[in-house]
Amino acid sequence: MTLIAEIDYGTPAAQSTTDVTLTIDGVEVTVPAGTSIMRAAMQLGTRIPKLCATDSLNSFGSCRLCLVEIEGRPGTPASCTTPVAPGMSVRTQTPRLAQLRRGVMELYISDHPLDCLTCAANGDCELQDMAGAVGLRDVRYGYQGANHLDAVKDASNPYFTFDPAKCIVCSRCVRACEEVQGTFALTIDGRGFGSKVAAGMAEPFMESECVSCGACVQACPTATLIEKSVIELGQPEHSVVTTCAYCGVGCSFKAEMRGEEVVRMVPWKDGKANHGHSCVKGRFAWGYAMHKERILKPMLREKVTDPWREVSWEEAIGRVASEFKRIQTQYGRDAIGGITSSRCTNEETYLVQKLVRAGFGNNNVDTCARVCHSPTGYGLNATFGTSAGTQDFDSIEHTDVVMLVGANPTDAHPVFASRMKRRLREGAKLIVVDPRRIDLVRSPHVQAQHHLPLRPGTNVAVLNAMGHVIVTEGLVNEAFVRERCDLAAFNEWAAFVAEPRNSPAEVEKVAGVPAQTIIDAARLYATGGNAAIYYGLGVTEHSQGTTTVMAIANLAMATGNIGRAGVGVNPLRGQNNVQGSCDMGSFPHELPGYRHIGTDAVRASFEAAWGRPLDKEPGLRIPNMLDEAVGGRFKGLYVQGEDILQSDPDTHHVAAGLAAMECVVVQDLFLNETANYAHVFLPGSTFLERDGTFTNAERRIQRIRRVMSPRAGVADWEVTVAIARAMGLEMNYRDPSEIMDEIAQLTPSFAGVSYAKLDELGSVQWPCNATAPEGTPVMHIERFVRGSGQFMLTEYQPTDERSTRKFPLLLTTGRILSQYNVGAQTRRTANVLWHEEDVLEIHPADAGPRGVRSGDWVRLSSRAGETTVRARVTERVAPGVVYTTFHHPMTQANVVTTDFSDWATNCPEYKVTAVQVTPSNGPTEWQTQYEEQAQQSRRILADAAD
Amino acid sequence: MSHDDKLVRMANDIGRFFAAQGEARAVEGIATHLRKFWTPRMRAEIIAHVEHGGAGLDDLPRRAVARLAAASAAAAAA
Ligand code: SF4
Ligand code: SF4
Ligand code: SF4
Ligand code: FES
Repeated sequence: MTLIAEIDYGTPAAQSTTDVTLTIDGVEVTVPAGTSIMRAAMQLGTRIPKLCATDSLNSFGSCRLCLVEIEGRPGTPASCTTPVAPGMSVRTQTPRLAQLRRGVMELYISDHPLDCLTCAANGDCELQDMAGAVGLRDVRYGYQGANHLDAVKDASNPYFTFDPAKCIVCSRCVRACEEVQGTFALTIDGRGFGSKVAAGMAEPFMESECVSCGACVQACPTATLIEKSVIELGQPEHSVVTTCAYCGVGCSFKAEMRGEEVVRMVPWKDGKANHGHSCVKGRFAWGYAMHKERILKPMLREKVTDPWREVSWEEAIGRVASEFKRIQTQYGRDAIGGITSSRCTNEETYLVQKLVRAGFGNNNVDTCARVCHSPTGYGLNATFGTSAGTQDFDSIEHTDVVMLVGANPTDAHPVFASRMKRRLREGAKLIVVDPRRIDLVRSPHVQAQHHLPLRPGTNVAVLNAMGHVIVTEGLVNEAFVRERCDLAAFNEWAAFVAEPRNSPAEVEKVAGVPAQTIIDAARLYATGGNAAIYYGLGVTEHSQGTTTVMAIANLAMATGNIGRAGVGVNPLRGQNNVQGSCDMGSFPHELPGYRHIGTDAVRASFEAAWGRPLDKEPGLRIPNMLDEAVGGRFKGLYVQGEDILQSDPDTHHVAAGLAAMECVVVQDLFLNETANYAHVFLPGSTFLERDGTFTNAERRIQRIRRVMSPRAGVADWEVTVAIARAMGLEMNYRDPSEIMDEIAQLTPSFAGVSYAKLDELGSVQWPCNATAPEGTPVMHIERFVRGSGQFMLTEYQPTDERSTRKFPLLLTTGRILSQYNVGAQTRRTANVLWHEEDVLEIHPADAGPRGVRSGDWVRLSSRAGETTVRARVTERVAPGVVYTTFHHPMTQANVVTTDFSDWATNCPEYKVTAVQVTPSNGPTEWQTQYEEQAQQSRRILADAAD
Repeated sequence: MSHDDKLVRMANDIGRFFAAQGEARAVEGIATHLRKFWTPRMRAEIIAHVEHGGAGLDDLPRRAVARLAAASAAAAAA
């Protein structure tokens, strides 16, 4: 294994389809028109010296190192800014050029510390390389003149340092922050010799607008911006390509290693989801893998009030099997079940559902997607015939109108948000449908054309009203509808949305959005060119979550915005493998590939492959499991990589359900909140310690690759295999590639997937089969998966969760950039510096009368329970609405959320809870009690077994 | 909230979505939904609840449940 060295072509690829042929140093080369001479030369393997150019950024032409000579043209133009021309003859090396370049380098080096031998970038510094390339041998100016060598280092960011003494003012960092990340946190301050890089208003990085994405660090050619881990550990010696395990964007990274130690994670240019960009989580927040609180030995206890006892893997697995068998004998076959995780790989998820269906002999398997995107599955399946987003991320390059519904990509899907922002800066229009004024409504160089700040719970009303405008103003794409959709269903829908109660004027009354704004947004969506909808949990986590997904699909079909690049309906998935865990048959009614368990032929194929009869009836969903547990009929649960106590609604009810079980098995990295109620703890492995695949929000299947040995000795999939065997179900896999082979054999949409193909192509998007051997970037091109597109009637139903005199405010929940889900990983990294605690956002109009000021503790109560958090008074939320995140267990935001849920999928209504906010002086009794109980429950006996 | 109350609420929520489709399709839609997504025990419980008067259950889901009951009785007889 070696360090993967990516080729830097100096300038981005040109998009033209016209070719241009020229000669460089006597060799002919053909490139697309618009290509720079520098890039064309690199295509021939000729590396023209350069400092200010790199191929992730537009050329800038400031360093003057890349000069070339062109026959018949005067002077020595910069090759990074000069485009190729037909018949051009270029020379990259002449005595004149050599002398000019040496002169340039001399100037740079005369103001640069000469501590190469002890510099952290030694071996990975372009300035050093260029000094070598131009043959610099001495510096005539001496180091006595004015210089920047005493400039003070900024180490405020936990992950990288900024050492201005080493800066050559190439502005790559500034341009990376603008062009790649879109944050505009950096500037070049001053002019000429006095110019220097500054964060924000010349403040420390941590106090600036910087979101720590790392793009500037990666772009910097010197040691000026460098990862602290490199300073600490030294330069890496080999690298392995893998996939981020945080969010549904699925960024590819090179894990750069020294032995089994990660030195840094560097976004991979060839990654098709991220094209070399990253966010603070994937780039920097992997330290949790080494955190001291990780549990590395299996543990058991008789009662949840006992301390944990470390045991051998054999003993732990033996206990799981004997307890599960005992429970089934005593309470019946249906008394146990399993929960898969969207954080686990496709292979692991597949095995857990196989264990449940074939080993436990029931279909009591569910996944945490229940609480996030289950409505997407139901809604898109009903309308289009498949449970997935329609586009690849690259599609955004062709979008003219972006409509964002209930999603906050700059926080939850940052790398995709950067691409979206770039497209918006290029002139695409933006519609935001969200109760909160999310960052994208207005951020540097981005301004939404329309923001529809609707009352939580009224998505369906607003989308129907948009449909009303489209139908009544004759904006329907009739050709598309006639050709591609079920016409009778369309006519029924058109008549329905045209009814007066769905008009913008009527909807204004329930949703609080001005009718004219709805009208303008609808017109823009229908007539603005390629229009694409991106949506998030603000759509799904409602009692009408599924209906909203359908309403979105209706709009896309009515306007013909489906089936080509630039358009479509795109769920932004929260966790990294939400798509994959759903694909892999994690729902109680569905086998892998979204096929109902009651379909005889499908079930038969699995029965034949697994050698066991399967139950044809759907099993229990997570909330039903908990209900059954409280009712005394459900007694054993295997939870892989999930923390339902923290992530699921109505914490009191979840706790009661878990407490009523006789054997709760938790497999995770840390003693999570659910583990407080567990009898068996099986240590999990991080994504750095195992092999497998994740499927991102664009259906892209990508490898994760093991870069270090599993710290607990075994990978997660091996644990599931061991449990299956102990329960008498034979599973024989030498490695996860064989699990994928079985998935491919049994699942039509995965038929063409194999590790060999993933290694060859880097990634594929399902469906990947005989008709699409290299996968499917855009779906429903000629026909919908279900045949004709199906319009659905989406009657708006106000949620039962209404503000009352006792609970007059509506609480909605979300997430922020630096933290991930329940925070188990990110809380164990320096990312906490950005988010030490969850806070409650409240509008001044609501805060004032309650005597609440920013920073105060407040009591947040609903009919389900109460908790305390600190308040932040802000106009980001509308009057009457409060907002919080759920990353910290002590906050227990879900103590407050209720058990109301989506009608079709029981996805909980996290986005609307009627609450009251009152001043408070500290944690509630439940929080204090909970903290005590959690501490009790995490005791581990000192005298450990082997 | 009792277990039956929960099932009733879930069935009513389902019913309210399908109501827009008109009576005949709605009853069929609700029944199919219950068959595809509810466990046999949940279905048996809601059938029993209807047999005991069906308190709280809206008209459409009630008729869908009756249809399920008839189908399972027919299956049992066959
Ligand atoms: S880390 Fe990212 S956001 Fe921060 S300054 Fe660098 S490019 Fe900008
Ligand atoms: S910090 Fe690095 S990238 Fe930025 S101007 Fe200085 S040398 Fe260039
Ligand atoms: S968290 Fe998401 S956006 Fe950030 S690096 Fe990981 S996959 Fe990419
Ligand atoms: S690389 Fe061309 S001017 Fe700097």
